[in-house]
Amino acid sequence: MSSQFTQSIAEALRNPKLTGALGKFSEAYRGNRAQAYAGIDFEALRTLIAERKAYAASHLEALAAEFAANARARGAKVFRTGDPQQVREYVLNVAREKGARAIVKSKSMASEEIHLNPYLEKEGLSVSETDLGEWIVQLAGQRPSHMVLPAIHMTKEDVAGLFSKEINERLSSDIPRLVNVARQELRSRFLNADIGISGANIAVAETGSLVLVTNEGNARLVATLPNTHIAIVGIEKLVALFEDILPVLTALPRSATAQLLTSYVSIITGPAPNTDGTLKDLHIVLMDNRRSEMAEDPQFREALQCIRCASCLNVCPVFRLVGGHVFGKVYTGGIGTILTAWFDALKQSEDIQGLCIQCGNCREFCPGNIDIPGLILELRRRLVVEQGQSLVQKGIFAVVNNRRLFHTMLRAASLGQKPFVDGGFIRHLPLFLSTFTRDRSLPSIAPAPFRDTFRKIPQPRSEEKAALYAGCLIDFAYTEIGEAVVKILNRAGIEVVFPEGQTCCGAPARYSGAYEVAAQNSIDNIRALLEQDVKWVVTACPTCTVALKQEFIGTLESLGRHEALPEARRLADKAVDFSWLVKQLVDEGRLSFRDGEAPLPLTYHDSCHLKRTLHVSGEPRDLLRRAGHQIVEMFESDICCGMGGSYTLKLPEISAAILHRKLHNIEATGVSEVAADCPGCVMQIRGGCDKKGLAVRVKHTAERLAERLE
Amino acid sequence: MFEQFKTRAEAVSAEVHRFATRAQALDFILDFLRSEGIADQPGAYALWADGSFAAALDRKRLAAQVPGLRFEITRDLAAGARAGISQVDWAVAQTGTLLVDATAVEQRLVSSLPPIHIALAETGRILPDMAAGLARFDPGRCAFLSAITGPSRTADIERVLTIGVHGPKRLIIVFIDEAGEADHQ
Ligand code: SF4
Repeated sequence: MSSQFTQSIAEALRNPKLTGALGKFSEAYRGNRAQAYAGIDFEALRTLIAERKAYAASHLEALAAEFAANARARGAKVFRTGDPQQVREYVLNVAREKGARAIVKSKSMASEEIHLNPYLEKEGLSVSETDLGEWIVQLAGQRPSHMVLPAIHMTKEDVAGLFSKEINERLSSDIPRLVNVARQELRSRFLNADIGISGANIAVAETGSLVLVTNEGNARLVATLPNTHIAIVGIEKLVALFEDILPVLTALPRSATAQLLTSYVSIITGPAPNTDGTLKDLHIVLMDNRRSEMAEDPQFREALQCIRCASCLNVCPVFRLVGGHVFGKVYTGGIGTILTAWFDALKQSEDIQGLCIQCGNCREFCPGNIDIPGLILELRRRLVVEQGQSLVQKGIFAVVNNRRLFHTMLRAASLGQKPFVDGGFIRHLPLFLSTFTRDRSLPSIAPAPFRDTFRKIPQPRSEEKAALYAGCLIDFAYTEIGEAVVKILNRAGIEVVFPEGQTCCGAPARYSGAYEVAAQNSIDNIRALLEQDVKWVVTACPTCTVALKQEFIGTLESLGRHEALPEARRLADKAVDFSWLVKQLVDEGRLSFRDGEAPLPLTYHDSCHLKRTLHVSGEPRDLLRRAGHQIVEMFESDICCGMGGSYTLKLPEISAAILHRKLHNIEATGVSEVAADCPGCVMQIRGGCDKKGLAVRVKHTAERLAERLE
Repeated sequence: MFEQFKTRAEAVSAEVHRFATRAQALDFILDFLRSEGIADQPGAYALWADGSFAAALDRKRLAAQVPGLRFEITRDLAAGARAGISQVDWAVAQTGTLLVDATAVEQRLVSSLPPIHIALAETGRILPDMAAGLARFDPGRCAFLSAITGPSRTADIERVLTIGVHGPKRLIIVFIDEAGEADHQ
């Protein structure tokens, strides 16, 4: 990680302006968006969008040709190129031919991507952005920090300062007044411009139409007042049919700004008359810049389904804290990381891909149905393949896989024994036991690992067996969670076995892009867990469950280890999450809990993997209620707690800031009991509460249920 | 569907009126222009773009009666106008949207440059949703299709909603129940 990058994060986190508007916006966003989608089946809608855009992505060549032919037939000039430099030159040539001096622009990410403004300005042209946010950013000499809200990182005072300078008059920070200044100032530029430049939100091959979506009305003016209009369109904007406009137009305003529709939508098909009676000189530049290559990539093709709504930024727990500028490039947030890796270079994404905490929230909201975190992980994997793994990391993964040695080391470290503490080694452990204890206390490492404790728990003999997969935290730190799980399963008459050969689930390696290591973890675990004939493989750590159920298969597949797949699938079928299984057992009448006493109020934190990957969120709540708890929901219960595995080590300040929001939301419930289904979340939140001196008890659902067994 | 349209359009700050006859609608428009000081103040004027409603008017007489009303439209006039009047082709109830073939530049000028836009629509031309709306247009024959939903807006400064950036600050939608004689589609 470059120190410049770490520095920019630290600055962003310390900048209260950022967390101001952005934080408020993202907090309100989910509710507003849900309202805008009322009566609409979002899953069906995004399936349709994904299908139409995926079709376009796999027929880019043909659609671009069809679009060009149809737009030309209507009188537009179409120029297609893969090369950003050619786009810039094309625009400059048009300007020269026209003897143009002034250009007005409506928002176009494609032109940002190729840094068109500075190029044209260097050639002596005056270029005015006319979208208010873009203009503010232009006056400030900055880059947009958000695809839809370019100036969200600035305050009204900042804007007043910029505008005062621009019009040579001291302005107050009254927003309507500032907006009016922009109207006045830009109106004369609209009227005097020789050329209008826009992007397009959709390009329809069937008809050669461009769709422009704005709220301010600037795109209409850009396309109407100057006699020449140049639209710069990334070819991922192509769709096959005119009717494909509809699903995109249904989702884009709702997802972008929680509107049913933006104030203006213009559908331009060929040149329309100018104000002097001539016909518009309409130029459409279809820009590739590696999009075709992306379309050829079986994994990244999916990213072309993006409709640039920016909801992946709005719901990202990291973005809301650091804003867009730490991403350093044109496109920001989750999808921005992916686009930067392609449009610039994979290497460029090295630092920023690390910002993703893999909470999966964006994936839920993406109207293009893109697995954004999955693609970021794939970037990580490719980076490791390209650059290799550091020796330290290699050493660590070797230790992690030697369970006894690992435990001994952790224990030594937790007792403060040298050399583990200051040798630097511990900071790299995937168990997050760094010296970083400023924001959260660390769990003490159990004197004996769970695998030893387990042997002392007498097991009922039963035909029905479950293998317990502990995972690192339960095995080494929270053995009591393991004991609670065993107690509950035993009570339902299930015999629990603990396969000794089980090792780390490989999540730390996988999330670091070290797929070879993760694959070895997979193979070792598959062998160990399928050794005995059991009905279930139970875990009480959702990250481990996801590994067992999905990621072993994914890792092995991506490395071409097909021989291991049948067994991996067999394990996946048996693997179950603790709460899910217990809910089944309760429903079957095999388990019950004590209630009757006054219900104990408690708030529940949804773990990312449990809620979004395994789709389990009602089950633990139901169980806790049956066990005599009253659930007081916290705000944003399903937003990440900042744990994210080794993220806590790599970006400790972001992790801590996310944790603080979580603690704040917990405090706001007024309840002093917290339950979560993930030992990692328990560690993070418990550690945070302890450091902050909150009288809040955080326990795993299994512990809470075990206390109330009938 | 009118009620749904009205609810949705008002939710995005449009003003919605409905009249049974063209004559009543015309009275409303003239009253409005007077009350805004556009009808007869020096330098203040409104531009009225072509449409079946305008075509049915005795424009000469009207222009003589109301000095602030003009039917010829140029870019410069539009830039100085206090209001623009135009007729739209369809309305969409689900989103409170107006749809108009704005290929003729006058249609765009009157609906984007003046601070007030008065849009005329026939009540019988309200469609349920955008799917029905888009289906009424043939992009092969319409070079510039405009969908208008409320006045121009921005939230680019501190996410505070502000009406009237580059386009109209007020959108006044006047529905007329009486159907036009000459269908303009
Ligand atoms: S990736 Fe999805 S959520 Fe993000 S901007 Fe694109 S469409 Fe929107």
